Amino acid sequence: MTLTASTVSAGVSTSVRPRRRRAVRAWPAYVAIAPFFILFLCFGLYPTIYSLVLSFQKWNGLGAPEWVGLDNYVRLASDDTFWLSVRNTFVIFALSTIPMMLIALVVAAMLNNAVRYSTTLRIAYFVPNITSVVAMAILFGAIFGESFGLANATLNAIGLPDVRWLSTPFGIQLTVSILITYQWTGYNAIIFLAGMQSIGSEVYEAAKVDGAGPVRSFFSITLPLLRPTIAFVLIVSIITGLQSFTESQVLTGSSSPTNPNSGGAGQGGLTMVLYFYQQAFSHSKLGYGASIAWGIFLIVLVFVIISWRYNVKREDPTR
Amino acid sequence: MSSSVSPRPLPPSGTAVTAPTAPTAWTPWPAPVVPTALPRRRPRQVGLYLMLTSGALLSVFPLYWLLVIASNTTSDIYKSPPKLWPGGHLVENIGNAFDRVDFLAPLVNTVFVAVAVTFLVLFFDSLAAFAFAKFQFPGRNALFTAVLVTFMLPMQLAIIPQFITMVNLGWVGQLHALIIPAAANAFGIFWLRQYISSAVPDELMDASVLDGAGFMRQYVTVCLPLIRPGLGFLGLYTFIATWNDYLWPLTVLTDPRRITLQVALAQLQSAFGQDYGMIMAGALLAVVPLLVIFLIGARQFIGDIAKGAIR
Repeated sequence: MTLTASTVSAGVSTSVRPRRRRAVRAWPAYVAIAPFFILFLCFGLYPTIYSLVLSFQKWNGLGAPEWVGLDNYVRLASDDTFWLSVRNTFVIFALSTIPMMLIALVVAAMLNNAVRYSTTLRIAYFVPNITSVVAMAILFGAIFGESFGLANATLNAIGLPDVRWLSTPFGIQLTVSILITYQWTGYNAIIFLAGMQSIGSEVYEAAKVDGAGPVRSFFSITLPLLRPTIAFVLIVSIITGLQSFTESQVLTGSSSPTNPNSGGAGQGGLTMVLYFYQQAFSHSKLGYGASIAWGIFLIVLVFVIISWRYNVKREDPTR
Repeated sequence: MSSSVSPRPLPPSGTAVTAPTAPTAWTPWPAPVVPTALPRRRPRQVGLYLMLTSGALLSVFPLYWLLVIASNTTSDIYKSPPKLWPGGHLVENIGNAFDRVDFLAPLVNTVFVAVAVTFLVLFFDSLAAFAFAKFQFPGRNALFTAVLVTFMLPMQLAIIPQFITMVNLGWVGQLHALIIPAAANAFGIFWLRQYISSAVPDELMDASVLDGAGFMRQYVTVCLPLIRPGLGFLGLYTFIATWNDYLWPLTVLTDPRRITLQVALAQLQSAFGQDYGMIMAGALLAVVPLLVIFLIGARQFIGDIAKGAIR
């Protein structure tokens, strides 16, 4: 090591020598961080740049790719199926995120007031988040099955008519949303709870002295002070929700040999990422698929930035 | 952060025993006499626990229903009204799943991939995090910022070229197509750097330097013993995520004899759509091992997840 240090620093000017020498002496640290950066260059950065190039090409995976300039993006802008998938994704996002956030807030507020069995309760609420999405999507397919499913059996038992969960576009969107809500409400409640517990009890004591009841202090203290946590949960929900794939892919039985990954009845379950997957891997349109991927990236980015500015910036005017 | 900061005073712990909550609260003898100091608190607590318990039951109900379907014959499931409790056909249904599609190989593959990815991630992420947290070297801050930026790149942007790369490397259909790209990640480095900064005191680092310890010896003798709980969290997190991963395995595992559980499960469903008993037995196999592992570390895990988000 000393040998390397002296040979390297011998040829450099005195001004860069200390920095260079420090860098050489710190070689174990560079070796330690190298695996991540090597993997990222090979499987992160290079594929991302390549996909940008690919989005200007037409290629089915065989033979030579053909350069088509902006054609893929022009086609994307007027592709009705793509815009249908955007619409579906936003319907599912709204139907799942709004109830999920509201229920999670209520559950967190209740857990915050519960002293006994709080660990058991927290584990029970968290369990849906670690169960496999594929397994749960198959199970929900059975529960929301139209003639023998538990959901319709329950509706019938209380005198309501059957709902066509899996054979209408809105039914599919509703079922996918219920599945997403089921898997993420407990997780978000745990995060809201941690945010609530970091609020000092003195604030609540002071409010109580001023005569504020529990409901009033929830709206006047908990919600405003919880704002950074709510922003975090919202941004994570936007990123994951706008890129949902597995739920609708499995629920709509997408391995059908004739028209795979098409999103079920009326293509109601066709989300943006499912459409991307269908074009790229079921129809082998690799160039067009890449342009869809960039389209999705832009849409997600715009919404993350909007919610970031709205929530975080207003929170902290100095930023 | 205290574990149970409450905005309102709560009744003395003796009173809550009478609340009808989890079954463990049930006692064969009469409940202790409730102190009359807080007469109006009790109904509210009872209502609170009633709602919390119903929510918790709703959370675990699908798992119960999975067991019900997996342990009954398909004709039992199609009965109206449906059977609401577990039957005696679980072993038979699991046997069917193993017979019709070879479910054993996917199970072994999934365990292998999840274990391999978990150990590689723990090793490479903790090495990198240790370097970022405890060593000064030129470019450190810029490189750490670069790690954070890689967070932002979404998966599906890279998935087509990554697939093409796998074709060129001849890795398509091979399990290492799942393992190698996942062997280190930005989240783990970020999380462990925070952890190491607070868990490994600088004095210990200085003392080990005086003992003549080099980087690797400091990593093994000073860092690793102190960050075991942090590694436990990251390990569990990585294991769960790898076990449940679907999109990438579905894309790259083109050889039907070499797939993971999640892919096998989706295929089982599309091939035998109506044999619910067998399909749910397969789903149960995909869920239960993970559930057991999760429950062992759940308490610590949930605390760490929450702390990570608040930071």
